[in-house]
Amino acid sequence: MYEEYITIVGDFLKAFLVGGGICMIAQVVINFTDLTAGKILVIFMLGGVALQSLGLYQYLDDFAGAGATVPICGFGYLLANGAMQGAQSGLYGAITGPLKAASGGVTAAVVFAFLMALVFKSKSKKN
Amino acid sequence: MTGKDNENYNKEYIEYVKSFDPPTQHFKNCFRAFIVGGLICCVGQFIRLFLENVFSLSGDELAGATSMLLIFLGCFLTGLGVYDRVGRNAGAGSIVPITGFANSVASPAMEFKTEGFIYGLAAKMFIVAGPIIVYGVLSGSLVGVIYWLLGL
Repeated sequence: MYEEYITIVGDFLKAFLVGGGICMIAQVVINFTDLTAGKILVIFMLGGVALQSLGLYQYLDDFAGAGATVPICGFGYLLANGAMQGAQSGLYGAITGPLKAASGGVTAAVVFAFLMALVFKSKSKKN
Repeated sequence: MTGKDNENYNKEYIEYVKSFDPPTQHFKNCFRAFIVGGLICCVGQFIRLFLENVFSLSGDELAGATSMLLIFLGCFLTGLGVYDRVGRNAGAGSIVPITGFANSVASPAMEFKTEGFIYGLAAKMFIVAGPIIVYGVLSGSLVGVIYWLLGL
């Protein structure tokens, strides 16, 4: 009984450490290079694609769960994974695989951002 | 003054102005990014656990639903104005998680709504997130084609 709880707490701890670690690496990069948010996001997403194309990000996902999939590298991991799985069924699958895997996230971003823009007014940057 | 001198003069002036900037607090910045990023991932882990046990989702569906819920949270908190307030102190801790991606979509959509629904809201929605999708699709399909060629 207790062992179940220990596993859950351990999963949270691993997610916290790995997710926080990835964010801290990004902060170190920002501190030393003055890259803007957009560039950081693109670089980390490409990092996820590169690691998964070598089959490495899979291990991080298995180890840290949400700690690996929530940061933007997890999005790159999803794209590369979709491409690799699609490639098994031919060229068409290889090309449609990445967006197919990411379709949920992109659709959610468009739909929710649209709804929020309808409901809320932009806050001024001061408050 | 010749052009080159002018350039040097500008450079010296910029250096002079920079010397009045407060020094970047590397340790404090990184610590905050670590804590906020880690906490957002814990929220993700909680959603994952919740969906797994209450709605018994698994595999791709579980991962997809988790990120969709996090994107909803990111958009909603951006709408309330909470996310930008957190982000000012958290730096990369609020940019790198998927909620930061949602923030970068929702924030310009709200801001440019005044310029109309087509050229304002819809066109500016992907001003930051567009490059992620462009390079994501490019690199993703490249990986796909390479794997396809290797499997031939």
